Amino acid sequence: MSDHEYTPKSKVGKWFNDRLPLLTLANHLTDYPTPKNLNYWWTFGGILTFCLITQIITGIILGMHYVAHADLAFQSVEHIMRDVNYGWLIRYVHANGASMFFLAVYIHIFRSLYYGSYKSPREVIWIIGMLIYFLMMATAFMGYVLPWGQMSFWGATVITNLFSAIPLVGDSITTWLWGGYSVDNPTLTRFFSLHYLFPFLILGLVILHIWALHVPGNNNPIGIDIKKPSKDTVPFHPYIVIKDLFALLIFLIIFAFFVFFSPNILGHADNYIEANPLVTPAHIVPEWYLLPFYAILRSVPDKLLGVIAMFAAIFVLVILPWLDTSKVRSTVFRPIYKQFYWFLVADVLILGYVGAMPAEGLYLLIARVATAYYFAHFLIILPFLGMKEKTTPLPLSITEPVLGGSADMAMAKNNNDYKEKL
Amino acid sequence: MKNFFKLITFFTLISSLIFSNVNAAGEKHELLKVDWSFKSFFGKFDRASLQRGYQVYSEVCASCHSLKHLSYRNLAEKGGPEFTELEVKAIASNFEVTDGPNSDGEMFERPAKLSDKFVMPYANVQEAIAANGGAYPPDMSVLVKARGGGANYIYSVLMGYEDPPAGMELDDGVYYNKYMYGNKIKMASPLDDDIVEYADGTKATIDQMAKDVTTFLQWTAEPHLETRHKMGFRVIIYLTVLTILVYFSMKKIWSRIETKV
Repeated sequence: MSDHEYTPKSKVGKWFNDRLPLLTLANHLTDYPTPKNLNYWWTFGGILTFCLITQIITGIILGMHYVAHADLAFQSVEHIMRDVNYGWLIRYVHANGASMFFLAVYIHIFRSLYYGSYKSPREVIWIIGMLIYFLMMATAFMGYVLPWGQMSFWGATVITNLFSAIPLVGDSITTWLWGGYSVDNPTLTRFFSLHYLFPFLILGLVILHIWALHVPGNNNPIGIDIKKPSKDTVPFHPYIVIKDLFALLIFLIIFAFFVFFSPNILGHADNYIEANPLVTPAHIVPEWYLLPFYAILRSVPDKLLGVIAMFAAIFVLVILPWLDTSKVRSTVFRPIYKQFYWFLVADVLILGYVGAMPAEGLYLLIARVATAYYFAHFLIILPFLGMKEKTTPLPLSITEPVLGGSADMAMAKNNNDYKEKL
Repeated sequence: MKNFFKLITFFTLISSLIFSNVNAAGEKHELLKVDWSFKSFFGKFDRASLQRGYQVYSEVCASCHSLKHLSYRNLAEKGGPEFTELEVKAIASNFEVTDGPNSDGEMFERPAKLSDKFVMPYANVQEAIAANGGAYPPDMSVLVKARGGGANYIYSVLMGYEDPPAGMELDDGVYYNKYMYGNKIKMASPLDDDIVEYADGTKATIDQMAKDVTTFLQWTAEPHLETRHKMGFRVIIYLTVLTILVYFSMKKIWSRIETKV
């Protein structure tokens, strides 16, 4: 870290900075030394910050027009779509923004998994990140309930019912969550209140996430420590700022396609039917970003064990820094882990797919195999692989592969050498 | 990477197998597809079709189906059927709404105004169900968005009335429909040749009326569709130009160091 002493040039600046060192902070953020070999997978942190701010701003505006009442919620959403100036735009940005937020967070998480960003000394960044991810899922779930359509109502019923699986106190907890004996107006109003609160908790955690990042500094595609800051890093501004901006703009073009040309493709048609406690939809499915967990939940025949499996699926991620025993961070130098990494990606995609299908026959079988593999990856493969795997040689510094061709080229060569040895 | 592609091919194969199985087992029919004017990037509503569609709605559907999220003024707004304000005032004045209380504390009836919501055919859901043999005629405001398949589905159901296949028993008041979920529907075929007389002289075939009323319902579900398409096009042009500018700025900035960006 280049924690050289910073003194503001102006007298007023110095006076203020002595009392509250905001200018020192700004200077730190500007000069923050960033590895120069970061690829575009590293731009998703900035994109995610943008997503969070967008959700908060559009959400605050929607909150001005939305009515959290079981009899009025659906109607107030239609009021926003029809009569509020550009209300359709704000709502579609917010609804699709949630999907884009999750798309970005999944890329961000899988980036971390590929390059070993969760490993020492970055475990705390990773754990805070997982907390953010968990809160995001809770926030998104409650947000989906607010329009009070059929999927809102039945999704809320299914998910809150999970808590009734807890022995002894399960039913009392569910009644307490509902504020009554079924999902009804009290459930809606508390979900609205919490849906408004959680994003600010997320914002607080994001600040901690970035703070924790700025202590050890960024990981990088070859996963080795910075040897010479002057050679291996560039200042955050302007190099990373402009690169993040470029990536953000490309992301925004995709975002805009959804908002303007297929705003409802990621939602479920049934949510445009007003909630009706007497009519159950043929298939109750959550939003796409929760599907892998939904598949895990349904693949276990016992309700309580299913709930435990679902939460365990997130918990194994939290303890991942200690499950992965390999000292080498980047997958680039781990030829065997690399294969398992892509197996995991495929496994999660399959879980997502079967999560959207009815839990029967072949789908159920696939879901069970995929669930078993998911846990095997983290609990069996990772700990043993880290001890047994023969990794390929690491470069001496970040600058070395930069000057002698890309890291990927080196990796391709190393990979072939490795295969020949086998 | 190579392994990854192998995997993807493998799973695509598996999933296509699963899909073909599903199709073989179900008796769902592929929806009829129409080349709607409102699809695609520059999609706009066919104004004449919207106006005819309103006529079909008001003369055929409105006796059972409500449009509770719409107001009469919407019919004159830009991007919709764009009737003139006078025409819409005349339409609204055909309906009676309850207003009040007046200064004597009494509720009273008056003709509907532009600002009133569409008058509903039934006082409440229970009455609607009772009057329709136990089936609730759904509100049509967002019906197109509330059905998988959207406009094509609505059009297909309107065109999908057929004699039931041999061996299928139908109760009284239940009709066979090729495209309806479960193939059974409690609404009799609502359209018949020349059931309405179009003011613009278009021949009122079942197909024509089905297309017109579906177009109208697409508008009721997405009244700002035209603005959305227009704005979307501009936003994407703007973002693309900005992206190109930022790309070259980035190249310029990174050219100060030897690393490629």
